Amino acid sequence: MILLLMPIIQIILFGFALTTEVKNTEVAVLVPTNDDATSRIIDKINASAYFDVVAKIHTTSEIQPIFRDAKAKLVMVFEDHFAERLRETGKAHIQLIADATDPNAATSFTFYASNIIASYQQELAGPVANPYQIVPEVKMLYNPQMIGAFNFVPGVLGMIMLLICAMMTSIAIVREKEMGTMEILLVSPMKPIYIILSKITPYFVLSCVNFATIMLLSVFVLKVPIAGSFISLVVVSLLYIFLSLSLGLLVSTMTDSQQAAMLISGMGLMLPVMLLSGMIFPVENMPIALQWLSDIVPAKWYISAVKSIMIKGLGISSVLKEVAILSFMSIVMIGISLKKFKIRLE
Amino acid sequence: MIKYLLKKEFKQILRNSFLPRMIFIFPFMVLMVFPWAASYEIKNLNLSVIDNDHSTYSQQLIQKIISSNYFKLTDVSPNYNKALKSIERNQSDIIIEIPANFEKNLVNRQGGKVMISANAVNGMKGGIGMTYLNSIVMDFNAGIIHDLMPAAQIPSATPTIEIDTQYRFNPHLNYRVFMVPALMVMILTLLCGFLPAISIVFEKERGTMEQINVSPVPKSTFILAKLIPFWIIGFIVISIGFLIAWAVYGLIPAGHFSTIYLFAAIYILTVSGLGIVISNYASTLQQAMFIVFFFMMLFIMLSGLYTPIDSMPEWAKWIAAFNPLKHFMVVMRSVYLKGSNPLQLMNDLLALIGFALFFNIWAVLSYKKKS
Repeated sequence: MILLLMPIIQIILFGFALTTEVKNTEVAVLVPTNDDATSRIIDKINASAYFDVVAKIHTTSEIQPIFRDAKAKLVMVFEDHFAERLRETGKAHIQLIADATDPNAATSFTFYASNIIASYQQELAGPVANPYQIVPEVKMLYNPQMIGAFNFVPGVLGMIMLLICAMMTSIAIVREKEMGTMEILLVSPMKPIYIILSKITPYFVLSCVNFATIMLLSVFVLKVPIAGSFISLVVVSLLYIFLSLSLGLLVSTMTDSQQAAMLISGMGLMLPVMLLSGMIFPVENMPIALQWLSDIVPAKWYISAVKSIMIKGLGISSVLKEVAILSFMSIVMIGISLKKFKIRLE
Repeated sequence: MIKYLLKKEFKQILRNSFLPRMIFIFPFMVLMVFPWAASYEIKNLNLSVIDNDHSTYSQQLIQKIISSNYFKLTDVSPNYNKALKSIERNQSDIIIEIPANFEKNLVNRQGGKVMISANAVNGMKGGIGMTYLNSIVMDFNAGIIHDLMPAAQIPSATPTIEIDTQYRFNPHLNYRVFMVPALMVMILTLLCGFLPAISIVFEKERGTMEQINVSPVPKSTFILAKLIPFWIIGFIVISIGFLIAWAVYGLIPAGHFSTIYLFAAIYILTVSGLGIVISNYASTLQQAMFIVFFFMMLFIMLSGLYTPIDSMPEWAKWIAAFNPLKHFMVVMRSVYLKGSNPLQLMNDLLALIGFALFFNIWAVLSYKKKS
């Protein structure tokens, strides 16, 4: 029951809640002299979706407490006699002080604030008189509205499937060992490969149901379209499910207690999958050693394949590399599990 | 009585072949490896160029883009379809296409045009790449005006607003400074959440629970004896974390260690309490692990570890307010970076105390001596 419910709740929560966009950042302003220029800029800032002006402060000593109490993330400090200086000398000064505890957010919102100020400046200047202009025409491919879910759904899909599958099968064999029922299996005429395959099958069916619900939810609730061929998506996903189940089995044959198996597949996999799969942090920017490490994380390949098929709308031919790597990984894992599968009791 | 129970718990942990190793290795692994992975910083965007003009200006523009630190030229294509293929194969992230007659139009005052297409599957990355490229083109514009226009005709200076930016608390915008304290919270959560969840179910499955149930041990003493070892483990783990943060990343909290220890003490009780509640209800190890796993994922994803809470929709913020991990994450980051003290973190302190009481009282109440 919980196995079926868990992916549903997770995909909905994460699909809606995970976003790196910066919205409604709280801003405090320090305006020594109120005039039309400052109030115009503050209005512009407040009107944008990125910012909410929440406080007006009067001295610079108030800045630190505002950050400490997390009342605002950005403080805009205007020069005194702002409009006057701008008119008379053609120059005026604004200082943006950002709470850079989160460096990513800080760079984004200072960038947005600078843009808004620059647009005010352009308003002042009137239509630009430069006839020698290069005008960029911009097209955002695959995701023109830059919706965060397009990026997170494949990621969450890759993570949830891998972790749930691996956790399910990781105790399958070790449990029999602990319970003592392994002996019965071993004296039976069954070959290890049949034992392993029959262990996987029920979980495989369950995982397919999970995959189907996640797909339905992401298409109909999160509105992430399947741009490419649905069949190739299913093929890749079935392969990935099989791989994840084999990974669990591998853990199961290598450990000798349920406790250890569960801890390895639950805790041990969770962080690498979250951090190294490219689900949240782009792999390209990691140090080279970590990029190699990320190559052995199956989720990385699956997520890349899902993005290609689901979001970019490419066919199976463009994800052949990913498919090959995933197949290779599954074969290796099943192979090692078979090898490690002891037909004798200690 | 509690003395003997504690002795039992510690022996159970220490004589396990797997647990003591895990408790020491896990923080090392996580803190040595993952801070290097966790960065949103976008640099080295792969650029694909289509130059249909092959003129001096088109070459200059391309040179200017490549010599900025943001782009790496990975592909030169004769036409858009070829360039698109390179995006499809993930060989490039952004395409700039310079049309034929670019220079001619530019010099003839008809305005040059360039087409920029960015891969926006990751909206943030695409957006940032696009803005970088845009600003380089703008810069280039400012350059050519002096080149092409007689000096007399250059419009007189328009009023300029100078902006300077100051980044407080993390002036170099170092992402590791932001992630290391958060990862310590993660380690603490995972160890002190998963392990207690296992411990009671484990005794149930093994049948040793029966013995406790028939003994005169009061319920609260039994729970306390389960909690205290993880409490101590938590302290050891977080101290290891401090050491690594200092030795590897040169990070020392701007605030006081005692503040962190105070919050950690309450926080560990909260997660361990939750773990024990779950293991009271679960009848098999597998069940317990799945439920713990479910909560851990929720806690982690809605904690602000990766994505800012501020950007979440209103209802998700409400859920986050009931997330102990979020409160402790805020505390760790504030103490490490801003040097906050407990008074400034009063809200989080009260919330954590509330959670700790709630889960532990529930843990005692839900422990039934009947099977």
